[in-house]
Amino acid sequence: MPQNEYIERWQKQHGKRLDHDERARKRTAREGHKASYDAQNLRGLRAKLYQQKRHKEKIQMKKRIKAQEEKNVKSAADDEPSKTPLPQYLLDRSQATNAKALSSAIKDKRSEKAAKFAVPLPKVKGISEEEMFKVVNTGKKTHKKSWKRMITKPTFVGNDFTRRPVKYERFIRPMGLRYKKANVTHPELGVTVQLPILSVKKNPSNPLYTQLGVLTKGTIVEVNVSELGLVTTTGKVVWGKWAQITNVPENDGCVNAVLLV
Amino acid sequence: MATLLPPPSKRQKLAVAEKAREQQELQSIPSDLGSVRVQFFDQATGNATGPAVSVPVADANVKNLETLLNTLQGNDDDDRVPYRFTHQSDKEGQTIDIPADLYHSLLQPGIKTTEDTISLFFTPQAVFRVKAVSRCAASIAGHGEAILATSFSPVSSSTMVSGSGDSTARVWDCDTGTPLHTLKGHTSWVLAVAYSPNGAIIATGSMDNSVRVWDAKKGQALGGPMKGHSKWITSLAWEPYHLQESGRPRVASSSKDSTVRVWDVVSRHSDVVLTGHRSSVTCVRWGGTGQIYTASHDKTIKIWNPKDGSLIQTLSAHAHRVNHLALSTDFALRTSYHDHTGKVPASEEEKVAAAKKRFEAAATVNNKIVERLVSASDDFTMYLWEPSSSNKPVARLLGHQKEVNYVTFSPDMSYIASAGFDNHVKLWNGRDGKFINTFRGHVGAVYQCCFSADSRLLVSSSKDTTLKIWDVRTGKLSMDLPGHKDEVFAVDWSPDGQKVGSGGKDKAIRIWRN
Repeated sequence: MPQNEYIERWQKQHGKRLDHDERARKRTAREGHKASYDAQNLRGLRAKLYQQKRHKEKIQMKKRIKAQEEKNVKSAADDEPSKTPLPQYLLDRSQATNAKALSSAIKDKRSEKAAKFAVPLPKVKGISEEEMFKVVNTGKKTHKKSWKRMITKPTFVGNDFTRRPVKYERFIRPMGLRYKKANVTHPELGVTVQLPILSVKKNPSNPLYTQLGVLTKGTIVEVNVSELGLVTTTGKVVWGKWAQITNVPENDGCVNAVLLV
Repeated sequence: MATLLPPPSKRQKLAVAEKAREQQELQSIPSDLGSVRVQFFDQATGNATGPAVSVPVADANVKNLETLLNTLQGNDDDDRVPYRFTHQSDKEGQTIDIPADLYHSLLQPGIKTTEDTISLFFTPQAVFRVKAVSRCAASIAGHGEAILATSFSPVSSSTMVSGSGDSTARVWDCDTGTPLHTLKGHTSWVLAVAYSPNGAIIATGSMDNSVRVWDAKKGQALGGPMKGHSKWITSLAWEPYHLQESGRPRVASSSKDSTVRVWDVVSRHSDVVLTGHRSSVTCVRWGGTGQIYTASHDKTIKIWNPKDGSLIQTLSAHAHRVNHLALSTDFALRTSYHDHTGKVPASEEEKVAAAKKRFEAAATVNNKIVERLVSASDDFTMYLWEPSSSNKPVARLLGHQKEVNYVTFSPDMSYIASAGFDNHVKLWNGRDGKFINTFRGHVGAVYQCCFSADSRLLVSSSKDTTLKIWDVRTGKLSMDLPGHKDEVFAVDWSPDGQKVGSGGKDKAIRIWRN
């Protein structure tokens, strides 16, 4: 017999205490109170360990509740396997519906002409040139005139860009702040895909920023959506589509955008 | 510094290439080559026709060869048949098409010399010619949901029926582009529609597990729903006209509940229930020899005797669910006694006789009635079967890189076309299943395809919202038909070749014509 199973051994020999069930019930009934007391009063390492344990328990609990809720949902009549009608040969197939549903959604939207020029973020804070540019004054000549600028915000620089000679370079776009990809969300579908940026179409603050490819909140960029498999009415794959940046890239270290449909 | 001319634009380059090609075609055949011996073989049977004939090379063009072959076969002047000639090279087993003359296709490239006897395989071509449809004649709104199935009437191209997700089927007048009738009654999506071979009755199968039949002329229901299936209907097949008991047509319906039921349309109950498949039956075909062919998700194809519902044969070779079946005689069975002349026999006996004659003409190979069967599957392959001779496949058709969704025989049975989810349509030889060509051009999965009545053109419908017309002989895109606003689920070419009807997710029926 393993040394630590003395309780089981005792129970086998003598049976359980007469009030065992009652005590077990009371203990479980008070579990919440005990947990609460511990959470409030434990200190130091023990508190830390306790929190970790409790955190794991809660995750398990939530999972179990969710599974239970799913089980409780009464299934609808099994006759129509999907909401949109499908031909016989597409039923019983786990469809990659994403891009599909999307193209029809886009078309519905297009019929509303008013939506054509609406963008998700209609107004954004303007960014002054003082904030955008840092004056570079290294070297004697540059220092005298102070004509060189460093861009302090994230930028998109095209693949074919070559730097001008340092002597003539007016704007420096730092390598560390360059972005090539954006996390683009499709608003109707709620799917997010990482897509390559093709170009910066419009920076609302300043046309100069558009030229420089500055990525700020509210900027319209063109992204490569060929992966999504959208097609035009003539059956060509849609390649570039516009998206608006929704976050402040310099704070987040990534570019999030929403597709304009 | 010398000025460099910019490189020619694509348009300029194309124009130059086109011009060069034309000029090459105009090149004449040298007249000093003497003659060459030609032996004709029938493509359908592989038998030699007539003795080897000596032909002057200068005159050995397709037109003259046709005349020669017609004479060899003893055809009268008024029923001369156009032929297509091919040569099968000895080494690679490659098929060479002869578009204009022997010199440019065989002698000049050095495939054959004038010393050899050239074996030419001939296939008779339809005496009529279908023009490629090129424009949208009508876009008819009416359905409230996506269109899931379309079918032209076998009688003429003026009526078409479509089944939709709005739980109705509609009959359309394609000449005027207007709706004729709305067939209301189903309570869920209409997944399958089929005209009876004489064009008088329409059968529809639905998601609500019932089959309904309708009078095609009046657009009225012939009785209520025919119930019996416990899951939705996947496909419908009418009994061939020459096998029908007179006044008692029957229709077979396959269902997701893994059974096939044969319905007597008049007495409105199921004659026979064919049970034996272990999973959803995807496709049913009623052969002209009186057998029912079914394909199922359980990887098998089964052949049944509809008289007593007994299983005749099980064909198993596929490694995944079987999606679609096509019979070599599909076209003849679908159109029964309606041929390209548009003459309808007067009496019932004559109609049956005409239907039987058309079927036998289509199915006869080497003086035997043989129905070939091709099956498309999720295992990316197809198999060509000849169930009457063996339960082993004749050929395995490899080449698709994704699931093969749809397969069809050409009306003259010399080709098989298959549409796959890999965006390609592939063309195969209908006799031995050899690969011929790939039609590339779609940018989305291809859902369905359909041959024109003269087997010279093929239309395919795709997820990329277009229809494309392919020239079977050259393997090139003949016409691109954009216009649908969303994916095209169903397409059909009318049996007389006049029109193409298509429908899809954008809820509008489109009629295309030349």
